[in-house]
Amino acid sequence: MAPLSHYLAVSAILFVIGTVGVLFRRNAIIIFMCVELMLNAVNLTLIAFAQFLGDQTGQILVFFVMTVAAAEAAVGLAIIIALFRNKQTVDVTKMNILKW
Amino acid sequence: MTQLIPYIVLAPLAAFAINTFFGSRMKGQLAGWIATFAVFISFIITAGLFIQMMGRAPEERAIHYTMLDWIHVGRVQVNIAYLIDQLSIVFMLVITGVGTLIHLYSIAYMKGDRGFWRFFVYLNLFIVMMLQLVMADNYLWTFLGWEGVGLCSYLLIGFWYDENKNNDAAKKAFVVNRIGDFGFLVAMGAMLYQFGSLNYLDILGSGGNMVDGVRHAGMAMGLAAGAPILTIITLMLFLGCTGKSAQIPLYVWLPDAMAGPTPVSALIHAATMVTSGIFLVARSNILFALSPTTLGVVAAVGAVTAIFAASIGIFQNDIKKVLAYSTVSQLGYMFLALGVGAFTAGVFHVVTHAFFKACLFLGSGAVIHAMHHEQDMQKMGGLKKYLPITFWTFFFATLAIAGIPPFAGFFSKDEILWQAFSRGSVLLWLIGAIAALMTAFYMFRAVFLTFYGKPRFDEHHHTPHEVDWKMWLPLVVLAALSIVGGFLGMPSVFGAGNAIESWLEPIVGQGEHISLAMGTGAENTGLEWAMMAVSVAIALAGILIAVRIYERKRTLAADEAKLGGIYQLVHNKYYVDEIYNAGIVQPIYNISESFLWKIVDVRIIDGIINGFAHIAEIGSGSIRRIQTGIAQNYAVLIVVGLAIVVGWLVMF
Repeated sequence: MAPLSHYLAVSAILFVIGTVGVLFRRNAIIIFMCVELMLNAVNLTLIAFAQFLGDQTGQILVFFVMTVAAAEAAVGLAIIIALFRNKQTVDVTKMNILKW
Repeated sequence: MTQLIPYIVLAPLAAFAINTFFGSRMKGQLAGWIATFAVFISFIITAGLFIQMMGRAPEERAIHYTMLDWIHVGRVQVNIAYLIDQLSIVFMLVITGVGTLIHLYSIAYMKGDRGFWRFFVYLNLFIVMMLQLVMADNYLWTFLGWEGVGLCSYLLIGFWYDENKNNDAAKKAFVVNRIGDFGFLVAMGAMLYQFGSLNYLDILGSGGNMVDGVRHAGMAMGLAAGAPILTIITLMLFLGCTGKSAQIPLYVWLPDAMAGPTPVSALIHAATMVTSGIFLVARSNILFALSPTTLGVVAAVGAVTAIFAASIGIFQNDIKKVLAYSTVSQLGYMFLALGVGAFTAGVFHVVTHAFFKACLFLGSGAVIHAMHHEQDMQKMGGLKKYLPITFWTFFFATLAIAGIPPFAGFFSKDEILWQAFSRGSVLLWLIGAIAALMTAFYMFRAVFLTFYGKPRFDEHHHTPHEVDWKMWLPLVVLAALSIVGGFLGMPSVFGAGNAIESWLEPIVGQGEHISLAMGTGAENTGLEWAMMAVSVAIALAGILIAVRIYERKRTLAADEAKLGGIYQLVHNKYYVDEIYNAGIVQPIYNISESFLWKIVDVRIIDGIINGFAHIAEIGSGSIRRIQTGIAQNYAVLIVVGLAIVVGWLVMF
């Protein structure tokens, strides 16, 4: 079985990819997917620790995260659709009127 | 009786409140009657107190009545408390007594005026404030009354505010008085510094031992008589007095104050408020007696004011202006008396002056009323047959001010002249005597121009009517007091005791002794009869000159003008207003406009404020670009910040 550090490394790489995607991509749907990626990176970390420490609390927490992520996906997609109906685009740099 | 003391003040204060809130809705003259009744209540209580005080031994007469703790800071304690002693009760009797008569008079005089109730509101407030001034037990509370009467004076001078000249006069009175108030404030600061207290009893000692108080305070602090700090305190107090009591150099507001209704001139600008300076000096008599320099200044200012104002009075044509300059001149007499250390004589003249000058002012008010607001004496004449009561009361009061025995003014003025001679110098006496000559002259000029000769108004067009009882009753009472008031202070050479002198002895006696001991003059009694004869002769001479010029020859302004330069100089009041205007007002105005306004205010003060605003504007103009409105940019900043914090925690 692979050591804990491998799991954590994969998790960290996934989290950074997700973060960079959230920060620099323009398409709202891709940003949204990147958020999911970050959540799953965290889930991986929790699972790995639960397994190696023999404590099941981390696994229970992952269920909660997945539930919330599902709800969040529903709401987030609804928001993106609403935005698209208003502006005919999902480019987040065009949504910049909230300033000054 | 003692527990009634607060009601002396509360009665007019209550009337003030009632008239303020409901006066405008009252019908007829109700507001006036309420105000008059309130002051009358004060008078009754004051008179009761006075009678009670007379029944006690001289040392036990003073009543110290504390109402509230007011200021208590460190060692300094100032209370709202009243000190009613022989000096303040004299002033209280004058204020409430003459005040009641003038309130009654005003009901008729102000009838039909659309500000009728407002007039009585101000008048009641004035009475309240004036009572604070004389009843207070400390300088600070006196100062409150001092400012309060100044405010009422301002409000009443500018009572008919729809005429701009009245407003100007009101503002002038207020501003000139502020200069004097500055002196009062400095004096209070110096007293706090020196004595650590503002209470009369602490500074001046208590009752008969007042002088010991100053000696104790003085000796404890290494103060000798004539110490510089005493001179500063008293000089600054006197500066306050020159403002309030219209002495040179601050007298200029009083003649202009005649713009107010005539009862105001009688009450505030003749009988009561303008004598508060004399009250203050008499109250602080020991401080003044211990600083001979200041006393010298007081005497000199008083004497010069007496003769200066009297000479201006000679060629004035406005009947109220004549009386105004006469008031300034008489106040000068009072300060002359105080200045030579004869405090009793000064206070005595306050009382008699309140009687005859109030009578004269009210008489002139009756004339003005009958003439439909004409004040120019050149347009009067022959009023004797139309206004008999007014004429006779005015005539008696004129005899009193001219100093004809046995009228009130004779005793008080003669006392002052005698004291100026025996305790001061021949020069002071001479100035006073010449001023007395002028007084007799200009007052009889006024009588002849107003009441004698042929009427110089259209007799058939309107016939002057004698005033109703509410106006002539105060005239008669005041005229009677002008006749008998002098017997309060009969000179001791007459054999009878001098009532007012023995009454005031516990308060001012020691001050008088100190100033006598330290002054150059000596009390010499040998010449008193002779001097009395001389002053009567002087008064008669003044009257005879007036008779020759104005009764026999019927001289008018046109003939007076033939005197040329002197007439112009005196008629124009020595151009003092113009000199003040050119020498003080205009420079201040110019500096204010060109420097204080256009440079200090606009450039420096506004510049600093606008500069800060400008810096903020430029700075924020560039900083605001951080706010792009794109949520991703904010997220980047959050992540960067998080990375720094986490990095910091990991590293250290």
